[in-house]
Amino acid sequence: MRIVIKNGRVIDGFGGEECADILINYGIIKAIDKNIEIEDAVVIDAAGKYVLPGFVDMHTHLRQPGFEEKETIKTGTEAAAAGGYTTIACMPNTNPPIDSDIVALYVKTIAENEGVVKVLPIGAMTKGMKGEEITEMGKLKRVGVTALSDDGFPVMSAGIMKRVMTYGKMHDMLMITHCEDKTLSGEGVMNSGIISTMIGLKGIPDEAEEVMLARNIILAKSTGARLHIAHVSTKGSVELIKRAKEEGVNITAEVTPHNLTLTDEAVYNYDTNTKAYPPLRTREDVEALIEGLKEGIIDVIATDHAPHTKDDKKVPYDMAAFGISGLETAFSVVNTFLLQPGKITINDLVNYFSVNPAKILRISSGIKPGKTADITIVDLYKEYKVDKDKFISKGKNTPYNGITLKGAVEYTIVDGKIKYRGYSKNEKIEV
Amino acid sequence: MVEKDLLEIKSLSQKDIIEILDLASDMKKILSGEKYSNILKGKTVITIFFEPSTRTRLSFELAAKYLGAHYGNIEVSTSSVAKGESLIDTVRTVEMMKADVVITRHNMSGTPHMLSKYTNMSIVNAGDGINEHPTQGLLDMMTIKEKKGTLKGLKVTIVGDIMHSRVARSNIWGLKKMGSEVAVCAPSTLMPSQIEKMGVKAYNNIEEAVIDADVVMGLRIQLERQKSGLFPTVDEYKEYFGINERILKLAKPDVILMHPGPINRNVEVTASAANSSYSVIEEQVTNGVAVRMAILKILCERRN
Repeated sequence: MRIVIKNGRVIDGFGGEECADILINYGIIKAIDKNIEIEDAVVIDAAGKYVLPGFVDMHTHLRQPGFEEKETIKTGTEAAAAGGYTTIACMPNTNPPIDSDIVALYVKTIAENEGVVKVLPIGAMTKGMKGEEITEMGKLKRVGVTALSDDGFPVMSAGIMKRVMTYGKMHDMLMITHCEDKTLSGEGVMNSGIISTMIGLKGIPDEAEEVMLARNIILAKSTGARLHIAHVSTKGSVELIKRAKEEGVNITAEVTPHNLTLTDEAVYNYDTNTKAYPPLRTREDVEALIEGLKEGIIDVIATDHAPHTKDDKKVPYDMAAFGISGLETAFSVVNTFLLQPGKITINDLVNYFSVNPAKILRISSGIKPGKTADITIVDLYKEYKVDKDKFISKGKNTPYNGITLKGAVEYTIVDGKIKYRGYSKNEKIEV
Repeated sequence: MVEKDLLEIKSLSQKDIIEILDLASDMKKILSGEKYSNILKGKTVITIFFEPSTRTRLSFELAAKYLGAHYGNIEVSTSSVAKGESLIDTVRTVEMMKADVVITRHNMSGTPHMLSKYTNMSIVNAGDGINEHPTQGLLDMMTIKEKKGTLKGLKVTIVGDIMHSRVARSNIWGLKKMGSEVAVCAPSTLMPSQIEKMGVKAYNNIEEAVIDADVVMGLRIQLERQKSGLFPTVDEYKEYFGINERILKLAKPDVILMHPGPINRNVEVTASAANSSYSVIEEQVTNGVAVRMAILKILCERRN
């Protein structure tokens, strides 16, 4: 199949920006030029739209195997395509967890058969994510796993973590750490501060994240492992990462769209859709996170897409599952609250959504001849009201329901195939 | 504004509180007189307590009965307090039996707020986790007002486990709205984060906290807090935060001593202080029934 994307504003991911046509020939970008005219190609009219390198999500929970009532690889990858993602890395906290080559192969196989975007399974650091014995990282590597994480079950023992990093470095694994000292987060369910005090919910202090982050930085420094910090949420964490980067530690970091745009004030009415780990923090933290992105301290915006069933959230706040369904709103949220107000540029957005995560995961990204045709076409100005019931993801747990957002994904093209199309009024597809 | 439910004092206005306290004084006349009226005739009031309680539940039961309502109770053993859907189901079931008001207590904050969204019945919060216990706050304010004539300008010092106290939160919200000055006093491990931003003064020293107080309120210390290591021993707690007659003498001469009960005698309050002329603890109990009668009347009238 050949596709011509016509008249779009192309941001190529290498710093270039131009109005041009793109020819995709059987999965590969063949040419970028003015006025490409080809017989029997599918033509996408991208006039007024931005043509971007496909988005890469470093932090998704696909829930399969084991929690198919929350999400499946099929629904999760369809949601990813709707969010403009062409590649997603999925966390290993499934049942069984992705702590062996067999489970990693299972996820890859299902993804190849039923998935609509590319899926990179992240392996567990320790067997059963119990924080005790390291996994067979060599065998995981052999089936294509290049990153490890125990995500929501952080390795509490510093000794074990050092072993994970030392052994993992031998296999060139990326270490993705969810920084939470469970002895400090305790029974907390939201940010510790004036709001938690006012509404009587137990708080999670900043130190729960920062103590563990500091430990992991020290261990990465001593082992030389490549460390990637999942969902940074506090001002103090930004400062710790800044210092680590200055000292030359091999460290990168991500932040979620919700931690960049919402604060603990959203929890005031006990809406369980605001419950996530890390929790929504304060205005001061939000500003530090945005500043951290702009200064290159934080490299990536990742969704931490954590779908849950209705019943998982239809309970008292204390009992509700942690997590936000984020794949389908990530781009619009960041566009609405960061790009449109001029806090970041379109090139920044492309770096956070595609270039940097691809670099960290060591996969291809960018639009130029010879590259794989992973492309996302967006309309920066189209407005729509978030309707959770229209989510493709099984997880309807969003704190943005009912909010009007600006910016919509128009097309998601994976390996040269159109996997998603956002239908607009007064527009017909030309074939 | 009191509308369908009474979930919290936080969202009430000063006017709402005055209305409730005035009505509670009228209700106290019924309570002290023939103990019967037909104000709630034909209304059905149900208590569903997911946490053990004898006093508060009985207080609501009598309030309903003194006003002529039908009354029922669902016993929920702690073990069957299972998942949320069944919580909502329980309330829906009661609604299908044509109840009008559900009074509920739950060990998780925000539970009555959640239940309120799934039912047309009026929900009264009889204590949710560490958030609020609005009728307790109201009965405390009623008692202070009876003794002092006003709430405005008074200094009220609350001593104890502020962090885990729904009584403290309801009193802080209410007293601040009524123009009182509120001081809270607790060991640093039982003081909630940024409490001063609620407009109160926070102390770790009881002598400083009670200076010039018009009211000293002790809170019940949950002994499991000691087991979880938040303070070293009951003995040390007593020594630093126990309320005794020496401490009360540091306050204003006409200070009153309050406690939501039940008291751990000789832990948070010495027996002699609790039995002293400072103490209004027993009157709080009577006013509790009057306040709950007032709340039931207001909510049932809103339903008509």
